[in-house]
Amino acid sequence: MMEDRIIELKNVCKSYDEKPVVKNVSLSIKKGEFVTFLGPSGCGKTTTLRMIAGFEKPSSGEVYINGKDMTKAPPYTRPVNTVFQNYALFPHLNVFNNIAFGLKLKTVNDGTYFTSKNGVKYENMRKLTKDEIATKVRDALKMVDLEEYEKRNVSSLSGGQKQRVAIARSLVNEPDVLLLDEPLGALDLKMRKDMQIELMHMHKRLGITFLYVTHDQEEALTMSDTIVIMKDGVIQQIGAPQKVYDEPANAFVADFIGESNILSGIMLADYTVSFCERVFECVDKGFKTNEPIDVIIRPEDIKILPRDDNNAILTARVSSCVFKGDHFQSAVLIDSSIEGEEYEILVHDNTECKSGDIVGLYIKPFDLHIMHKARLINEIEGEMWDVNVVEICGGKFPCLCDLPSGERVNVKIDFDDVIIHDNEDNGTIGGVVGSVIYKGNYYQCVIRTDSYFDFFVDTEDEWLKGDRVGISVDPKNIIISVKKEDFNE
Amino acid sequence: MSLDNKTLTMQKSSVKDKNIKKLCENGYILVILLLLYLPIILIIIFSFFNTSAFSFRKGFSFDSYASIFDPNNSAKLTESIKNTIVIAVISAVIATLLGTIAAIGIFSMKKRTRRIVENANQLPIINSEIVVAVSLMLFFVTLRIPEGYMRLIIGHISFCAPYVVLSVMPRLMQMDSNIYEAALDLGANPFRAMCRVIIPIILPGILSGFVMAFTISLDDFIITQLNKGSTTGIDTLSTYIYSTQHTAGGLKPYWFAVFSIIIVVMIGVLLLINLRKYRKNIPNKDA
Repeated sequence: MMEDRIIELKNVCKSYDEKPVVKNVSLSIKKGEFVTFLGPSGCGKTTTLRMIAGFEKPSSGEVYINGKDMTKAPPYTRPVNTVFQNYALFPHLNVFNNIAFGLKLKTVNDGTYFTSKNGVKYENMRKLTKDEIATKVRDALKMVDLEEYEKRNVSSLSGGQKQRVAIARSLVNEPDVLLLDEPLGALDLKMRKDMQIELMHMHKRLGITFLYVTHDQEEALTMSDTIVIMKDGVIQQIGAPQKVYDEPANAFVADFIGESNILSGIMLADYTVSFCERVFECVDKGFKTNEPIDVIIRPEDIKILPRDDNNAILTARVSSCVFKGDHFQSAVLIDSSIEGEEYEILVHDNTECKSGDIVGLYIKPFDLHIMHKARLINEIEGEMWDVNVVEICGGKFPCLCDLPSGERVNVKIDFDDVIIHDNEDNGTIGGVVGSVIYKGNYYQCVIRTDSYFDFFVDTEDEWLKGDRVGISVDPKNIIISVKKEDFNE
Repeated sequence: MSLDNKTLTMQKSSVKDKNIKKLCENGYILVILLLLYLPIILIIIFSFFNTSAFSFRKGFSFDSYASIFDPNNSAKLTESIKNTIVIAVISAVIATLLGTIAAIGIFSMKKRTRRIVENANQLPIINSEIVVAVSLMLFFVTLRIPEGYMRLIIGHISFCAPYVVLSVMPRLMQMDSNIYEAALDLGANPFRAMCRVIIPIILPGILSGFVMAFTISLDDFIITQLNKGSTTGIDTLSTYIYSTQHTAGGLKPYWFAVFSIIIVVMIGVLLLINLRKYRKNIPNKDA
């Protein structure tokens, strides 16, 4: 079992200036696999790759390559090569010499051995000959279809050609693992599609392990054997593309990979779930009775039926229908008991509808994916600043609590009690909008404060990811309890 | 009709504007050229009239050129030229080495420290030269560094190195940030990566830094004058000119000849460099 694990990360953490970027990542990669690290920018995927390449040292944890602990090994001793996003070709060398760069530094066994006094046998090493180098370089050029370009200056090449040279330059060294850091990011769409297919062919032909970093979910689904989805430095899910798509581990994965409807619901009992104020049959069990959960439904798993069809489990009103080439994308609205509110669901189906049509919907119980909620309430430690003022995340929130100043307290705030302000100065504290997920009739935003606490906020407005906003809370909605002192201290 | 007239006057005025613009441009160039080149041309003219009093009385002759080789003049002159070049070469080489290493070091610093060091580097450049000269003098006296070449070379290195840093930095900034990592990744240890990748890429910056350091050292007067020491008798070209002018009441005629030769040599070098650049650019454009 151990032999075919070419790369193994054990509890790897990395922080810059105390800001954690990669948190406790553990995974193993089998020989010959095509593995993709997928996630939004800043999720730690590139940092993880750079730790495998040796450009960064983990703050803690170990990196094993071929079963050897390589955590502190410098890049030039590792059997891996990297293809960079911006190619990083050497501008002072022509195409041939760029590719030959690694070969010229390489030493191989010359067939003879040397036995030291202690009886240890060493290989006698020699450099590659000029002819050997030339043959290897030409083979590599042939592989990337650039035979004619040997003498060309790298600055005269197009983006796609540069990337081919960069790939050839890495592969010519016959690494055990090829690391690719968003290698197609700088190419246009058509070129990118072509290169995707070429890279897949290369991977099949060479049998080398490929480790690919991208933020493009389609790219990841097309190319990989295994996808590793990361968010905020934490692995969310590892699995085959099909599995990750069909059975996302949580709402983030579901939202990031493909389109999906994410709705809040309650697990009434095993095999019974309630959402959109209706009760449905499902295939999940093992949740607590009445546990709040997220239900994820892929738009293509919903079938549109005539309104009076016996199979329909829901009736809905079509609000829009757009032709998307191979299917129709309809937005449908489901009634709610709350005045003026409706649940919106996206459907991909072959049936064309008109806006205003009343239709029936059918979803197989198997296609209702039920997930634990990441968090039910914002819970954070704070300190009483004064009577009726509590300090959390560096901000002083007015509250209704007569505890004296200096008291350590637990603060709880409901998702929908947090108020977001467009202007940062109008809030008690500021933060950055981290993620925004539509949940049928409201948006769930995550606002990250400057002290790296994530406030979950349910709001009717859509907020722009990456924007700075202000946060405030009505004093009566802040729930404060005295923190139980640890007796050890 | 009235509309036509209006457009016509507008056209006329725009033509007028153009003329004024052109006049300004040409006038500006003319003034610059006059200010820059008239003095130089005057030197060359006077060099053919064997004069130290700026008169044409003695008539056209090559006497001033001949007097360069008068043993009375030439011995001290060649020595001062030798000194100038030796000091310039040694200090430019060392300053280039120091400056290049410093630039690479500064480049890999964190942003904040980098900005501080970059500003510290610029201080000697913007500082008044006389202040630098006096502070160097105090420094040498305090540390008891012996008078002579040592002081001059240390002094020249100290004010040339910042220029090298300044000319190497942009090259490093332009460089792809992953280049060094790519070299390491392909099996080069840090020393090899430096020699085979970083240095070749920033070489143009290093060379222009060297040329800058060399010419600044050649040109220097104030720092050399204050630090050469009175007892050693070392003179560079500039301090020698100053001392002869000081003692003999006005410049001797052969100096005009020396200046003319320097000017012609410099113009020649400039032409050569530009011609080479021009020739190099043509095949590049074809490719």
